[in-house]
Amino acid sequence: MKKIIVENLKYRYPLSENLALKGISFEVEGGEFIGIIGRNLAGKSTLCQALVGLVPHFYKGAYSGNVEISGMNVLENNISELSKKIGIVFQNPFTQITAAKLTVYEEIAFGLENMGIEIKETIRRIEYVLHLLDLEKYKDRNPFELSGGQMQRLAIASIIAMKPEIIVLDEPTSQLDPQGSEEVFKAIQSLSREGITIMMVEQKIEKIAQYADRVMLMSDGEVVDFDVPQKIFLRDDLLNYGVQAPVFTRVCRSLNIKNKNTGLYPVTLDEAYELMVRHEQNRS
Amino acid sequence: MNRIEVKNLRFSYRRGEEILKGMDLTFDSESTAIIGQNGAGKTTFVKLLKGLLKPTEGDIFIKGKNTTEVTVAKLAKEIGMVFQNPNDQIFKSKVIDEVMFGPLNIGQGMEEAKGNSLKALELMELSDKVDENPYDLSLSERKLITIASILAMDTDIVIFDEPTISQDYFGKIRIKNIVKELAARGKLVITIAHDMDFVAEISERVIVLNKGEVILDGSAEEVFLRDDILKSAYLEQPNITQLCKRLGYDRTFLALKEFLDYRLAEN
Repeated sequence: MKKIIVENLKYRYPLSENLALKGISFEVEGGEFIGIIGRNLAGKSTLCQALVGLVPHFYKGAYSGNVEISGMNVLENNISELSKKIGIVFQNPFTQITAAKLTVYEEIAFGLENMGIEIKETIRRIEYVLHLLDLEKYKDRNPFELSGGQMQRLAIASIIAMKPEIIVLDEPTSQLDPQGSEEVFKAIQSLSREGITIMMVEQKIEKIAQYADRVMLMSDGEVVDFDVPQKIFLRDDLLNYGVQAPVFTRVCRSLNIKNKNTGLYPVTLDEAYELMVRHEQNRS
Repeated sequence: MNRIEVKNLRFSYRRGEEILKGMDLTFDSESTAIIGQNGAGKTTFVKLLKGLLKPTEGDIFIKGKNTTEVTVAKLAKEIGMVFQNPNDQIFKSKVIDEVMFGPLNIGQGMEEAKGNSLKALELMELSDKVDENPYDLSLSERKLITIASILAMDTDIVIFDEPTISQDYFGKIRIKNIVKELAARGKLVITIAHDMDFVAEISERVIVLNKGEVILDGSAEEVFLRDDILKSAYLEQPNITQLCKRLGYDRTFLALKEFLDYRLAEN
């Protein structure tokens, strides 16, 4: 079933002369993990806000087109209604933390209380996400005493706890250490395997190549391409869009090592390693 | 004389919870990256260098001056720092005023401060944003504004705390070139980063912090060879290093070009 349908979406911020989104159309199936890439100011964050309804309900401006989230029209439903279906993790955790609660534990509970989840289930979900995001030892801390990375994990935990059908993440790992970042990708991937639809903006190209089912390449308010990572990272004009192909793709491309079955270059470490080993064996 | 000397540095935000557990380091002019797990103490360490925090125990000397004996304002002439979160740094309502604030504060005249600020904004490709409100701009642009503010101060020591957050390929190239240019001009550049590919490209020296202690300190080649220690500190090797290690190369490759040149010579 289609979880996200976007048809000819156009949007201009108030006071701005230019369209931030210039007639975007795409569809996403339930459980898909979509990576959104492109240079700064391509419209990636605006698209995220349009999916969760902040555009046009919070950011007014000029809006046309149709966005449907799990069967709900974004224009016809308010943010509160939409938040039962779709959650967002912002780029900057300071934007997300409520400041209404004094501990990490209560911060995660905040969204659940607002949704009217009963107490036993609230406790169960909080404990699950504290463990998932390795936040157990900080549960009694004030959120604003956490480091940037810890705060980002808290923001992610608070959204996961609400179990939305779709989670939008705007560069959620930018402040995390490499292994912490890997753990978040794995956690998000397991949510997608459970059927939750993921829309993730990322600059970490190697991770997107590894985890995303499909990649959306955006530029100047438009979707330039939307395909599997192997096809997106094959494009000769990627750098024009502020994106460099994964190093594994670049190394194999330089050495002309392709997957013989697909005719495509590898995009992940495992694929590149296997193809390079096979290539060496064939040579000798 | 070393530009920075750190002697038995200990620091706690709250009693009984030591963040830095006795660090001894010196810095001269090598472009240095500090890497480590979230919460390892990296940002705390550079805030101590900048004088924003004072050691619980031990001493830090910036060009021979003990940070506990000079004001933050005086230290600001020697050491500039780009914060992790640009919102912690920006408070003016016009980009040009924001960038000029630092230079004026350390005693540059109006003309000099304006000239340096415009030059720094040009380097960041933000010349067309001079009169805008920083908070009308994107996070990535705000980060570049904070970098411009520090460049305009022209301090001898420059600290970047996570400069590549939210930057696309072009932003990263711009920041990489700035770090290299500052280092080539003899400045001491200290960079905190989680992007190991970026660290490998910009650093002569890499320091690994883990739970408030230095567990590795050496050239980028030496440090990125130690996959075992990196993993214990929640880190990883750069992507090309990981691939070459799996392929069985005993050399530490830090850049794609280095590996391709080696393969070419090998054949």
